[in-house]
Amino acid sequence: MNQKSTGTQGAAAGDVLLKVNGLQKHFPIRKGMLQRQVGAVKAVDGIDFEVRSGETLGVVGESGCGKSTMGRLITRLLEPTAGTVEFEGRDITHLGVSGMRPMRRDVQMIFQDPYSSLNPRHTIGTIVGAPFRLQGVTPEGGIKKEVQRLLEVVGLNPEHYNRYPHEFSGGQRQRIGIARALALSPKLVIADEPVSALDVSIQAQVVNLLDDLQDELGLTYVIIAHDLSVVRHVSDRIAVMYLGKIVELADRSSLYRAPMHPYTKALLSAVPIPDPRRRSAKSERILLKGDVPSPIAPPSGCRFHTRCWKATRICTTQEPPLIELKPGQRVACHHPENAEDQAPQDTQLLSAAREAIELVPVGRDEAPAGQGAAAAEPATGSEGAAAEGTASGE
Amino acid sequence: MLAYLIRRLFAAVVMLVVIIVVVFGIFFLVPKWAGVDPAAAFVGKQADPAAVEAVREKLGLGDPIFVQVWEFFKGIFAGRTYAAGGDVTHCAAPCFGYSFRSEQAIWPVLTDRFPVTLGLALGAAILWLLFGVAAGVLSALKRGSLWDRGAMVVALAGVSLPIYFTGLLSLAIFSYGLGWIDAQYVPLSDSFTGWLGGMILPWITLAFLYAAMYARITRATMLEILGEDYIRTARAKGLREPVVIGKHAMRSTMTPILTMLGMDLGALIGGAILTETTFSLPGLGQAVLTAIRNQDLPIILGVTLITSLAVIVANLLVDILYAVIDPRVRLA
Amino acid sequence: MTELHKSGAAVGEVVDASPAPTAFLEVRDLKVHFPTDDGVVKSVDGLNFQLERGRTLGIVGESGSGKSVTSLGIMGLHTAGQYGKRRARISGEIWLDGTELLSADPDHVRKLRGREMAMIFQDPLSALHPYYTIGHQIVEAYRVHHDVDKKTARRRAVEMLDRVGIPQPDKRVDSYPHEFSGGMRQRAMIAMSLVNNPELLIADEPTTALDVTVQAQILDLIRDLQKEFGSAVIIITHDLGVVAELADDILVMYGGRCVERGPAEKVFYEPRHPYTWGLLGSMPRLDREQTDRLIPVKGSPPSLINLPSGCAFNPRCPYADVPKDNVTRTVRPELQEVGGRHWAACHMTQEQRERIWTEEIAPKL
Repeated sequence: MNQKSTGTQGAAAGDVLLKVNGLQKHFPIRKGMLQRQVGAVKAVDGIDFEVRSGETLGVVGESGCGKSTMGRLITRLLEPTAGTVEFEGRDITHLGVSGMRPMRRDVQMIFQDPYSSLNPRHTIGTIVGAPFRLQGVTPEGGIKKEVQRLLEVVGLNPEHYNRYPHEFSGGQRQRIGIARALALSPKLVIADEPVSALDVSIQAQVVNLLDDLQDELGLTYVIIAHDLSVVRHVSDRIAVMYLGKIVELADRSSLYRAPMHPYTKALLSAVPIPDPRRRSAKSERILLKGDVPSPIAPPSGCRFHTRCWKATRICTTQEPPLIELKPGQRVACHHPENAEDQAPQDTQLLSAAREAIELVPVGRDEAPAGQGAAAAEPATGSEGAAAEGTASGE
Repeated sequence: MLAYLIRRLFAAVVMLVVIIVVVFGIFFLVPKWAGVDPAAAFVGKQADPAAVEAVREKLGLGDPIFVQVWEFFKGIFAGRTYAAGGDVTHCAAPCFGYSFRSEQAIWPVLTDRFPVTLGLALGAAILWLLFGVAAGVLSALKRGSLWDRGAMVVALAGVSLPIYFTGLLSLAIFSYGLGWIDAQYVPLSDSFTGWLGGMILPWITLAFLYAAMYARITRATMLEILGEDYIRTARAKGLREPVVIGKHAMRSTMTPILTMLGMDLGALIGGAILTETTFSLPGLGQAVLTAIRNQDLPIILGVTLITSLAVIVANLLVDILYAVIDPRVRLA
Repeated sequence: MTELHKSGAAVGEVVDASPAPTAFLEVRDLKVHFPTDDGVVKSVDGLNFQLERGRTLGIVGESGSGKSVTSLGIMGLHTAGQYGKRRARISGEIWLDGTELLSADPDHVRKLRGREMAMIFQDPLSALHPYYTIGHQIVEAYRVHHDVDKKTARRRAVEMLDRVGIPQPDKRVDSYPHEFSGGMRQRAMIAMSLVNNPELLIADEPTTALDVTVQAQILDLIRDLQKEFGSAVIIITHDLGVVAELADDILVMYGGRCVERGPAEKVFYEPRHPYTWGLLGSMPRLDREQTDRLIPVKGSPPSLINLPSGCAFNPRCPYADVPKDNVTRTVRPELQEVGGRHWAACHMTQEQRERIWTEEIAPKL
């Protein structure tokens, strides 16, 4: 599973298509009349990962974790502060506009907002056909025919070629955005919150469409989203981001069954489950207290230590590296869940850690006795129960 | 808040210095580059060569440029003595220059004229704020009604009719026709009622134009604000409608209005030339007009500087008010 | 605005002058229509429900289903401060604790707003006035309904901020909304809406703008507060997870009408409307084994100007072709009781729906 040495050309399934090393993006904060730089928002602060051909990498995290910035960095819509981005073994980090042009055919982006990402003055035909004109490519049979074929592929009526975006519903507009992204048969599609602006029933249509397109066209996806259920549904592997860092990177089943990073665990347990009976089931929810710290001055050491219930001294001083603790599961934590403690000598909990969380019984009326005492050391018996609903004995 | 104030004040001072340098540059250097003799320009075209030479020496036009700038700056704060041989002219501080053409220092001219213009601008501003904002708010609240449409037609008329038309019309009706008002300027120090009588028509004329603009912008802003979520919240709290409008919506509506007010007041002080000419008010605008006719450059220079000062001060006041109204500005 | 209503009269425009209900909140045949250039938008078109004190009703639906319009209608916010021809047309009856709100004197309804019934909005950043401190806004909400001096009101504001879990409430009371994080702002919003101990709390997508960990905090807070204050709560959301966490009863809206209503257990485990099935099938779930495909609802939500005649869901319904006895497609199905306190509006027979649910839908979820 260790893919660190791979970097070969070509895009056979399973090969590394995209490789990101030490990627950073700091947005300078300028102040005063002279616009001196007084600090930086460390939106993305050193991340490494790779995406293999044909897979879907899901990226989750809360607002401000840097996931969208990351997406814009790998499509080179933003200039990285440091680090490298390799596509098919080629360093594209510092390619200029002309150098990027051929690359733009292979890497496409789908945006969140189907209302603002389409020019209201252009017809659907013009919008979907734009990539051909920009790249100077004439597809077989002409642009119009190809655009109509694409519209059909994404489930739109090809006769709507001459209509304008406002004549379509939100879900249909997102399909238009997808058709545009697919025009040049890209190898990699980055989708930034592709369904979060859509209604539930429409969300499912678009998720299924993305799925089908991957099967048919052999696409590789990086799907950025805040919705953990959607990410689980679409992804093969998942990266969890917190304050500009990847804290856990694992394949889907490992991550959702046995999350190792405390943050991942808290995140999973926070998702409301659409099942009223779960309220009285004997499981509990980890309720993180407070808010995500500012990315301008992120906490020292492990960035999660200010809100973590397992934090010890070492967490405040040493940044845990992202290492593979189990095949296919990398985590950056000194005291991971569901794995061997990486710093067993350090056992003294920080005083903040004792109050970091509240364990809330999900059952409304049947609060088990003695919950408060368990706050400092979450009961190991309930390990993963929050993540695996089906295991809770229904 | 204090840091914000200090920053704004500092910015204003820097701006003022920059403006003085630029204005100085325009008036002293551009004629030179254009091949026009600045000394001749200051004296006027018909001056005899000897007088031109005298002015050249008095102004130090032969000196290096930075010396000239320095002398001019020094003059503002310490006064200045123009000397050429035995001919000595003294200009007391603050010396904004000396008109060799009309044989007088500029500063007294400015102090003479300034109150007239300031009175005109401030009086008109009060009127247009009262009526413009009120009309705009009413229009927004009764959008689509007869009142709204009527008010907006009047506003359109106000914006498009030129001052000299509305001014002359009001003079013709109220002063010459009906004889209600004696449209003669009387200084405030002489008689309050006389001053009021002389100013009322200019105020109304000027306010008509501006009230129209303010009504339109108030209406547009108010309509936007009324759609905001926090207005809905205010109503959901059970606040009375007058409180919702007068407090919650008004405070937000004031921001763009204040910005406009700052710029308009500054510009008006620089010279409501048309209004002052139409009503024969001895203000700065009229002084400039006369100076242009007589090619009396030092007066134009002085008025330009005082105008810039007025704009800067007005904007500084607006910035401060802005921060009082909107707490988010204080951080910027 | 006032000329339409007889002050204090309990008789609405509805023909049958039905007696005052016993439920704490009862909505009868509520219609909210907005006239536009293209036609009348029937955002809510005949809605009925009841709610008792201490209970939570979850209203679920997609955008345009009329769920938010309903909440604003109960609060009387469609007519308050709305002038001119574009004003919403509202009919029906809304009974709150024995008072009919639509026919009541608008100033009386205003006095109930914020005191008897309060609301939490979706986006706390835009719902709080950016120019006033949090404290000022809470104090204002308290003093509209209580004749107390500013000091007392301020003490109350600090107390409420403390209750909703804002650290250092005596300091944060003087902060502006932009100085709070998203979660803190929503807490402040909740503090403001609860400052007068309202008996009815309407939360319109209270967590949609928040991150998932913050959402968990806020849902927890709402649950605790309800237990403490014993008020009736309406929670409006598109997220079935959120209603499952909070609601006792669920009302599913589609095209401005209720298509299914019943106890949460029933709606989740024995849903009897194809649209509810569609919602359940569309969402990926963390509490289930990974499924290969979601089961989406085909098509798009209907236009509220030209609702399909008959069942509004008909064009999207996968079971539209199931043979039905004695019904015409152009007739709109009415809500029928399908079990204890459980209603659904569908032309298929009970048996047909029971069979489809147990044999075709449930196994795939």
